[in-house]
Amino acid sequence: MSAPEEEIVRFDNVGLRYGTEREVLSNISFTLFPGRFYFLTGASGAGKTSLLKLLYLAQRPSRGAIRMFGTDVITQPRERLPAYRRRMGVVFQDFRLVDHLSAFDNVALPLRVSGVREADLLGPVSDMLEWVGLAHRADARPATLSGGEQQRVAIARAVIGRPDMLVADEPTGNVDPDMALKLIRLFEALNRLGTTVVVATHDVHLLRKVPDSLIMRLDKGLLSDPTGALRYPPRRVGAGE
Amino acid sequence: MKKPPVLSRAAARGPAPLRGKRAAHLLPRARLGGPMPWVIAIMVALTVLAAGGGLALDNLADRARGELAGSATVQILAADPANRAQQAEAAADLLVQDPAVAGLALVPQDTVEELLEPWLGTDNPEDAVPIPTLIDLRLRGGADQATLERLRSLLADRAPDARIDAQGKWLAPVLAALSALGWMALGLIALLAFTGAAAVWLAARNALGSNRDTIEIVHLLGGSDHQIAQIFQRSILFDALLGGVFGLAFGMVAVWLMGAQFSALDSGLVSGGGLETTDWLVLALVPAGAVALAVLTARFTVLASLRKML
Repeated sequence: MSAPEEEIVRFDNVGLRYGTEREVLSNISFTLFPGRFYFLTGASGAGKTSLLKLLYLAQRPSRGAIRMFGTDVITQPRERLPAYRRRMGVVFQDFRLVDHLSAFDNVALPLRVSGVREADLLGPVSDMLEWVGLAHRADARPATLSGGEQQRVAIARAVIGRPDMLVADEPTGNVDPDMALKLIRLFEALNRLGTTVVVATHDVHLLRKVPDSLIMRLDKGLLSDPTGALRYPPRRVGAGE
Repeated sequence: MKKPPVLSRAAARGPAPLRGKRAAHLLPRARLGGPMPWVIAIMVALTVLAAGGGLALDNLADRARGELAGSATVQILAADPANRAQQAEAAADLLVQDPAVAGLALVPQDTVEELLEPWLGTDNPEDAVPIPTLIDLRLRGGADQATLERLRSLLADRAPDARIDAQGKWLAPVLAALSALGWMALGLIALLAFTGAAAVWLAARNALGSNRDTIEIVHLLGGSDHQIAQIFQRSILFDALLGGVFGLAFGMVAVWLMGAQFSALDSGLVSGGGLETTDWLVLALVPAGAVALAVLTARFTVLASLRKML
């Protein structure tokens, strides 16, 4: 029996409700491990975005415990949470680019937040824009970019700081199949560099594009584990039941 | 597809201030700026005027108090001129020997009649009403009640019609009015500071609302509350500096012009209310206070709003 892997995220009986409404997520328990590629699937309204919000610390759960990077983040004082957020990259479903900043400045934002000097920004940001094929649009504002270009700026911003974990909410939702595949290849490349990737998608065709991925499925706020992703040790897709 | 670039692990670094022009551009300038420099300019100008007026009144009262602090007047109120002169001479003899008395001067009768001329006319006023003889006293330890009582007792036998009053007593109502005006100026400054802080609070709240998306993004990218507050502080700092400089210039010119106007009145009392060099320096500090108040107000407003986010 191999030694247990160090977990990067652990959810224990987490529940989430907005106001006095019924729970949108119930009894969510799972563990994510470093360097793995996870898909979070489920129909629209299943609670994928709510689960990701808990994951990237935009939302506090109504109950349960969440440990990230070895720390119980629920009991952490809020002034310590930015340090955990800086270890994550997030691709939002609606991109959430800053309208009045250029593509370059949007991508540079996490580095500026982390205190990187202006002189040290130019190289990594230019490289990243080139990597996503947008070097020629560095000065363009988000409003002048196409949906796919905005998506790539959002991805570049999410990965520029080489996060320990990348969380992407429907990153291929607004692009054509070719571009969707290119984006998934970008995530795979990042994953190979050691970043844990969590991609929420309702596109079942995408799941088979990443052979080593693990799948979490949400249905009406309840989590199922078709590939054993949530158990230890997680089983790979195609490994057989 | 090319390999991703090798990046520094910048995200592992601790929080640091968002620096430089580009950090300031995180908030569109027009959204936070707007009328704020002008509001601050008006606040600073009014505060400089109120502070200038308050300092001038304070100087006026101080000078008046200083001049009158050790002064007293002895009035010989006897109706008979000969008796009055005799009592005045006796009183002067007694007083000049008293250790509390630094000096005295018998006010010439011509001077007294000249002072009364507007009311009694020039035709031998002594015939109309008895005019008291006045002795101007300078006291060593101040014209306090105990000293005046002792001097009254001293004169009781040889100058029974003598009456001694501290000169400060005559100006007491004026000094009280000046003090009230000084307090009013202070109250006005406090109100202006409160109004200025309220204006900044509203502007910061408005800017927070307008820039909520940007703030949320910076927050979710790992920006700390202090970093986000610094963006607002930086923005309000420039507004406050600009407004402070304009307000100070306007206020200083207005105070100087008012001072020149009052000096032209050539009144002993009013001309005593000029501003000293230190007073001008105090006025020059008003914009610094306004800038500090605006920056702190913006900081606390933003931090209070951010605490509502996770």
